[in-house]
Amino acid sequence: MIPHSHHRPDQPILDVHDLTVRYEGRRALDAVSFHLHAGERVAVVGPNGAGKSTLFKVVAGVLPPQQGDVRVSGSRPGEHVCIAFLPQRSQVDWNFPVSVADVVMMGRIAKLGWLGWPKKRDWELVHAALETVGMGSLSGRQIGQLSGGQQQRMFIARALAQEAELMLMDEPLTGLDTPSQEGLLVLLEDLRTRKVTVMVATHDLEQAAAHFDRILLLNHRLIAFGTAAEVLRPETLLEAYGGRLKVRDGQVDLVGLDDTCCEGDDHVH
Amino acid sequence: MFIEWLLNPLSYPFMQRGLAAVILVGVVCAVVGTYVVLRGMAFFGDALAHTILPGVAVGYLVGGGAREPLFWWALGTSVAASLGIGAITKHARIKEDTAIGIIFAGMFALGIAIISTVRSYAVDLSHFLFGDVLGVTGRSLGLMAVFGGLVLLAILAFYKEFMTISFDPSLAMTLRLPVGLLNNLLLALIAVTVAVAMQTVGVALMVAMLVTPAATASLLTRRLPYTMALAAVLAGLAGVVGLYVSYYAGITSGSAIVLTATLFFLLAFLFAPQRGLLWKK
Repeated sequence: MIPHSHHRPDQPILDVHDLTVRYEGRRALDAVSFHLHAGERVAVVGPNGAGKSTLFKVVAGVLPPQQGDVRVSGSRPGEHVCIAFLPQRSQVDWNFPVSVADVVMMGRIAKLGWLGWPKKRDWELVHAALETVGMGSLSGRQIGQLSGGQQQRMFIARALAQEAELMLMDEPLTGLDTPSQEGLLVLLEDLRTRKVTVMVATHDLEQAAAHFDRILLLNHRLIAFGTAAEVLRPETLLEAYGGRLKVRDGQVDLVGLDDTCCEGDDHVH
Repeated sequence: MFIEWLLNPLSYPFMQRGLAAVILVGVVCAVVGTYVVLRGMAFFGDALAHTILPGVAVGYLVGGGAREPLFWWALGTSVAASLGIGAITKHARIKEDTAIGIIFAGMFALGIAIISTVRSYAVDLSHFLFGDVLGVTGRSLGLMAVFGGLVLLAILAFYKEFMTISFDPSLAMTLRLPVGLLNNLLLALIAVTVAVAMQTVGVALMVAMLVTPAATASLLTRRLPYTMALAAVLAGLAGVVGLYVSYYAGITSGSAIVLTATLFFLLAFLFAPQRGLLWKK
């Protein structure tokens, strides 16, 4: 289908410049600019409705930007099949009659081409991807029989089978128990060795600080982008979260932000 | 004795053609219907079937009652209506099911109005509404086989694409599949299926052929190819059983087929392993 080309090594994996998106007059994203290095892991944080999902859709090439420019390795997102956009678990039909391996194989269909059927190498890649995420023994399961953490790992395996170089995950940790969250974060850590660049939207500022190279703080505008020490300061957080933030003796109560989250409501209609 | 009971109706050519027609229609409807069920398009399928009535009615008047040209009228109206409904529901500022409801009822009323201008309209209307499988001619059967075969071929050729746009449209877009084009192709395939099935079950019962066997199979299987295969077997079986019931009990064939398919669904709904109503207790 579309050749997996257009990659210019001198260009950043993701370069967002002056990006603006409006929904019915309201600004979802307002003049956002930043760029990512290959292989880094970035947490995108901000209050509900801050435009995190919108940002991901534009970067994935699913939603066109109205103003500004998005480049992935030097060309538009729509020219790439190496961007994996992992769905929120709440938006998936878990009764759909497909096995885990079927879903992971969907990541390969751009490579199979029209009228192409999976070959031995494709199945090998699918099973290798499932081994990588620790789900080698579950490939034949119907997807509704998986736990929340396994469902999320399956989509990471699909991104690996897709040979994704940029992985966008919208709230992957939401609704998972603590061990599943930890397992997923360890898995994301392993992806670093594969030079996969990862962007994760999350509500949990502590996890963002502990497990990611840089944090992007968003509330329609880009408020801050840098290391945890640079971004998680009272003044930037107040700017992003406003009155919802609790500040005790000059210390920001990071845990207090957790209760602003609810699943899948980061959508502007 | 039982063999005789089975073979007796087969001595009539119209029964042979009828059996071939119900099996053919059952298989095509069930395979396409699997996507109708998975994508929640039952109302669209029902509306589409009703929407072709004015086209068929005009063809009926123009052709002076000849049956064979009706397939082409049904096919043309059906494809046009499916793409029209697709476009309107995408662009209109009203809710999708409301838009479909308005178009569907309006077109259906128009169809009935046109047919009612003919003197023998009660008989003719009931054929369009509930089907006339025993009146299928050899040529009609040939047309149904050709177009039904094309539909199955398209479903096979675009299997992985249709599965992906149905399961995860965002993935399909990031893999740069032409999602809009594939959606329209699927709508057109449903439309062709409706035209193929029209003479067998009629427009009023069409939705049952599209959704009932596929829904039954979805209760009993966990992977798409098996769902489609089982749906096809159940639909073909419902067609054959229904036709025999119709022959011996003197019931209208369309309703006998649909009732058989509904019975299969109820059995699966009650007894399906793990997912049946009685299994859980």
